[in-house]
Amino acid sequence: MRWREAKALRQRNWFLWAALLSLAIALSAWVGEVSISRLVQGVPLAGAYIAGTLPSLRLDHLSGDLAHWMWGFTDWLELLADTILIAYVGTVLGGLVALLLSFPAAATLAPAWIVMPVRRFLELLRTIPTLVLALIFVYAFGLGAFAGMLAIAVHTAGALGKLFAEEHENASLAQMEAVRAAGGTWAAQMRFGIFPQSLPGVLSYGLLRFEINVREASVLGIVGAGGIGEELYLAVRQFEYQDISAILLLILATVAAIDLLCGRLRHIVLGKAGA
Amino acid sequence: MTPVFFILGALLLGVGLWRMDASAERIWLGLTKLGWLLALMWPPSAGGVFWELLKSLLESLAMAFLGTLLAAVIAVPLAPLGAGNVIGNVMLRFSARRFYDGLRGIDTLIWALIFVAAVGMGPFAGILALAVPDIGVLAKLFSEALEGADRRQVEAVRAAGANRVLAVRIGLLPQVSPVMLSQMLYTLESNARSSTVLGIVGAGGIGLALSDRIRINNWDEVAFIILLILGMVACIDWANRKLRLKLIRPAS
Repeated sequence: MRWREAKALRQRNWFLWAALLSLAIALSAWVGEVSISRLVQGVPLAGAYIAGTLPSLRLDHLSGDLAHWMWGFTDWLELLADTILIAYVGTVLGGLVALLLSFPAAATLAPAWIVMPVRRFLELLRTIPTLVLALIFVYAFGLGAFAGMLAIAVHTAGALGKLFAEEHENASLAQMEAVRAAGGTWAAQMRFGIFPQSLPGVLSYGLLRFEINVREASVLGIVGAGGIGEELYLAVRQFEYQDISAILLLILATVAAIDLLCGRLRHIVLGKAGA
Repeated sequence: MTPVFFILGALLLGVGLWRMDASAERIWLGLTKLGWLLALMWPPSAGGVFWELLKSLLESLAMAFLGTLLAAVIAVPLAPLGAGNVIGNVMLRFSARRFYDGLRGIDTLIWALIFVAAVGMGPFAGILALAVPDIGVLAKLFSEALEGADRRQVEAVRAAGANRVLAVRIGLLPQVSPVMLSQMLYTLESNARSSTVLGIVGAGGIGLALSDRIRINNWDEVAFIILLILGMVACIDWANRKLRLKLIRPAS
């Protein structure tokens, strides 16, 4: 009897969730102007477009075809280097701000009336989408990489500030108290008591963020904030199909290389902590 | 070793700043202009089209929801290809994983550019653009969930005489479904953020209104739209936290 009741309850719950889900789907399909027929029509269209961007590489003319496909290779490489620079400078500057703000944002290290506002501030920095910041900064600082770098730096400061603060909270307080006992100021306690403990975590999160920022920097050019994105935007707008695939391939290769490099560096950083 | 890294890093920073011509004058001018913009943003105003803005915000949300769902529906059958305990063939598994990485490596906004060109402007392009990189993310996470599942429960169901389908349904699914659902919720959260900017390239949602207002210098409306976005993101975060807690600890 109990079992049957429990089963009925479970079934009722299940139906309720299923009904809620289908309602949500129907509602969003209505708002988003999609239907099954549109999906069935659209997906092959998108597939055909992507297939159209692929270059025609023939085995007997391979070098010629490759040269034709990658005609802008040196320009694109320079733009990719710019993209990485934007990500790098943005990560470093944002990371420095994050580091400064992370100590007052750590609940174990600062009084509650400081922790709260600093945390809210970091939250605000990371909730505004990078691209929106880039749009505003392009208006204020002019077109170019500087605006994009600032947008990335602001978002990074918010995202890393929280993670760094959590790292500091995990640090043992004994070393900080030792510095205090020796007469160190609050800043000295943080610098010599807490920071050495959280350094591996800080570096590891910084490297992870750098990987993300390289991806983000690749699209900033769409709003005129520097990097490879602008070239890609132009290629799509001017229907230069083969350029699209060439640039995408280069972006992918860059992102993969950066991921690999950062992965190695993270292993070194975290390995040191273990030893 | 450490000082070398430090010097190299600082040098790269200098080169970067120099290439972006970050002169003191430029920064000062930009900051004054920024302060001036902030002053113009107050007080935020809907410009008399509050309901239209709300509708495009809901459109963003709908795009995020459908994009996540579409990605999950496609990722579920792809996931076993990347799981070591399902696919024995190392080459196949390796190429499946690289394929997932490839989908992830290209940003949502680039996919949006491509899909707007392919299927036309509007939220439909946005949904596809959100779904494609998420297929990569979810397929990878799902295959990791499958690898982490306990084989013995599947074997127990098989030993009791169930067929393969039932073994997956009773032995495997209950183990991986909470993990998968929780990952879908994370993806939804991140998509809700991404979907707000897709409109900048014409892929539907609130982004179009935002970039338009910036173009015509209506900064009070820009501030209002940004506040709307922040509000929506906060709501989604809150709802997700509640739902995830419910999923991880189902009512006993």
